[in-house]
Amino acid sequence: MISHPTAAELAAGLAAFEAEPATPEDARHVFLSRVADNARAILAREAEHGAKLQAEATERLAALLGQTGDFETLNDQLCQALRQGKIAPLAPALLAHLRAMAIGQIAIDQPGYGGLAALLDRGDRT
Amino acid sequence: MDVAAALDRLAPQLSPSATGAVNARRLSGGASLETWAFDLSDGTPLILRRRPDAALPRETALPLASEAALIRAAEAVGAPTPTVLKVCTPDDQLGEAYVMRRLEGETLGRRITRDEAFAAVRPGLARRCGEVLAQIHAAPTTNLPPLAISDARGELERYEGIYRDLDARRPILEAAFRWLKATAPPPPERPVLIHGDFRNGNLMIHPEQGLVGVLDWELAHLGDPAEDLGWICVNSWRFGAWRKPVGGFGDYAELLAGHGGDISLERVQFWQALGSLKWAVMCLMMYQSFATGADRSIERAMIGRRTSEAEIDLVTLMEGAT
Repeated sequence: MISHPTAAELAAGLAAFEAEPATPEDARHVFLSRVADNARAILAREAEHGAKLQAEATERLAALLGQTGDFETLNDQLCQALRQGKIAPLAPALLAHLRAMAIGQIAIDQPGYGGLAALLDRGDRT
Repeated sequence: MDVAAALDRLAPQLSPSATGAVNARRLSGGASLETWAFDLSDGTPLILRRRPDAALPRETALPLASEAALIRAAEAVGAPTPTVLKVCTPDDQLGEAYVMRRLEGETLGRRITRDEAFAAVRPGLARRCGEVLAQIHAAPTTNLPPLAISDARGELERYEGIYRDLDARRPILEAAFRWLKATAPPPPERPVLIHGDFRNGNLMIHPEQGLVGVLDWELAHLGDPAEDLGWICVNSWRFGAWRKPVGGFGDYAELLAGHGGDISLERVQFWQALGSLKWAVMCLMMYQSFATGADRSIERAMIGRRTSEAEIDLVTLMEGAT
């Protein structure tokens, strides 16, 4: 479900970094080591929650579009429908799906991001 | 290229009492631009900005001579900027470069929004940002170097074009393009000088004097003043302090009042949303340089996973618009 990069691409980038000689005195290497730690954490969270998120997203997409299919097919159809104006960008059913998707993906990519609290705070108020 | 030796030779031109330059050290590791700190022998602290020898020309970034000219133009209208001392020529053997004063303060957003050291200046900072942007936006545009002109609709089309070329399937971005195209404000009556990257991170903040320098002018252009006001409100530059929309340190009303009350909150929030959308596309673009093999660093791969931060902010903004 998650792309740009996929978990496989991220793992490949991580493996390439780990194969480089470590130069702990180099500031750039220190910075990249921290980035690599974050990449490992993302991969661990995605391994744990990715499949469940995709199954839930596929179910929501099927209900939203009235279609059946795998996640990629349905997600692609949703993008086409939005581009062609067949679904309005602020339609409540659409926003409910987008909200769930955004929450699911930030929980993998960056669970401490302030935007998650901001979105949940909105939901609490309305 | 021996930057330290070239700076040593240049020193007498930078201060009449200097005989050389010492302590030259590279600060940032950007691929498109280098920043060096150094001191003159008389103690003057300075900064060198230069294009690396092998840098590819970037479509959107200004030539450094133009950047220097804009800093001077902003200084002339009273905006806080580091004074430019010298735009280098080929004789200086530094390539495309200029030298400016080194300001004292902090640019790291996380420290500015959280550290006790900045607690005294934080309350006045959003208003001050509005005042300084008003000065920049009022700068005479007749004698500026050549700059691109943009407006909301043009920016949406440009970024949607980039998004289409990337062939990504991101329904949140699709919805955001449609939403913002339907609500885009008309171009301003008169395009003004826009800094283009005015955000927490590009502002030098002093613990007592507050905003002492507006940095990084390489994305400056002519356009809608609300663009600069919206960009500093993008959640990605609030460093976790998301309840303070202006840079993680202030409120909309303070920013708008500082600017003179001439721009509506609605217009600023449109540009804020467009800012999140642009940041999402930029993250995808940076990931693309990993995917194509142009830059296989783990950093480039990982920035693709920041697209989702812009997406969650867009969902919050779209929900708020219903």
